[in-house]
Amino acid sequence: MDQALPPTRWTIFLDTFFKASVIDQYLPSILKGIVVTLEVAALVVICGILLGLTLALVRAYRIRAVNILIVILVDMLRALPPLVIILVVYFGLPNVGIALSNFAVLWLILTLVLAAFAEEIFWAGITATPKGQWEAARSTGLGFTQTLLFVVMPQALRITIPPLTNRTIAITKNTALGTVIGVPEILNQATTATSFAGNATPLMMGAVAYMVIFIPVVTFGRWLETRFAWRRA
Amino acid sequence: MLLIHADARRGLPAARPLLLAQVDTALTPDTPILDVRGLTKRFGSTEVLKGIDLKVRPQELVFVIGPSGSGKSTFLRCCNRLEEPTDGSIRVAGVELLAHKVDINAMRRRIGMVFQSFNLYPHMTARGNVMLALRKVLKMPKEQARAEADAALDRVGLADRAGHHPSALSGGQQQRVAIARALALKPELMLFDEPTSALDPELVGSVLGGMRDLKADGMTMLVVSHEMRFAQEAADRVVFMDGGVIVEEGPPSAIFGAPKHERTRAFLSRVLN
Repeated sequence: MDQALPPTRWTIFLDTFFKASVIDQYLPSILKGIVVTLEVAALVVICGILLGLTLALVRAYRIRAVNILIVILVDMLRALPPLVIILVVYFGLPNVGIALSNFAVLWLILTLVLAAFAEEIFWAGITATPKGQWEAARSTGLGFTQTLLFVVMPQALRITIPPLTNRTIAITKNTALGTVIGVPEILNQATTATSFAGNATPLMMGAVAYMVIFIPVVTFGRWLETRFAWRRA
Repeated sequence: MLLIHADARRGLPAARPLLLAQVDTALTPDTPILDVRGLTKRFGSTEVLKGIDLKVRPQELVFVIGPSGSGKSTFLRCCNRLEEPTDGSIRVAGVELLAHKVDINAMRRRIGMVFQSFNLYPHMTARGNVMLALRKVLKMPKEQARAEADAALDRVGLADRAGHHPSALSGGQQQRVAIARALALKPELMLFDEPTSALDPELVGSVLGGMRDLKADGMTMLVVSHEMRFAQEAADRVVFMDGGVIVEEGPPSAIFGAPKHERTRAFLSRVLN
């Protein structure tokens, strides 16, 4: 009897994106993809922010040659699309004898790109801290490094949190670029499954997976912003 | 009081290893706390200070007045090298601040500074503001630093505000916390850079009151300010600066009562009318 009914647009839609049998079949591989995405994302966020913070702190010492290097590196990483760097490194470097795994390339490039943006954000926070804060601290005998760590950075970090959260989310979503070099993350699992199944349901599962991962991150970012917003003197 | 001062200073290293300098830095109770000679400061081609000579003796309160752009703030900021002088000599308790080998951080903790805009650390409580240098510069244990900070806040009448952040304090209270922050390090000299200029008129009195108490306790102070009435009442000496030089100096009665120079008269008539 069912077969006799002509398919409506609605049932076609459901069949295309939410087919139960396909969901059943490919849920395990999407879950594997989630694990890989989370692994890469966590490593990128931790390493990228720490490296960016380190670069900004080094830049605060205003050693001319070092700062020129930092600015060049950071500007290049911010100017180039991450996909281009990933392809060049993954397919180009083996020709000169440097072969990195696809996982390593994805982690390395996204870390460097996040570090570049994070460095600029931290640096903006450092320069936004009023000169009087430096002067007050130095006038009590605190050294440059002590002033940077105990007086300037705590203030700089607070104003840094909103832009840093946004940028971190944006870069972390780029873990999906791993699909072009075969990193078995969410999108890679979903496209593979889609071509096997001949059905778009796995792609929809991938989209849902990204939502499951990133909506808590976005919410956490908003919480951080309110948590660290404090009235200025 | 003076003996304690001299004792405390005996152990300090001479600024320069030269024999001449050592003889020069022999400390007596009459050694000026601050001894500035031939101080010049250029910003590019602009000469802001054109040779300043000034001595501030122990327990003296010296007031620096002058029109804006006269170089008085720059001069004050040279006295702890927040501003790097171009040439000259600055001795604090006998130690040459401009010597190559001087440990400027060690000297700065002996020179308190209070700023026009308070410059309290907004992420710390009043107590935290005072404790920071005690902990990180003097390496005091936490409990001792806390006790010293509370004592310093008590001296400026803010014992009950120790746990407040600067944003929860009035301007006058913030400035008194800033005074406590400098005071806690037991400086031998305090520099005040227009300490009341950013305050609402009704809050000025509490800050001047704090400075009056410091004076009574024997603190040596160099003050840049426009509070002429306070200068008349509390200063031992008033220095009038204009165009990067000291035009004249003397007791407040002389400077305000019978200024010798036309520039001093012109300035005073502008600010006192």
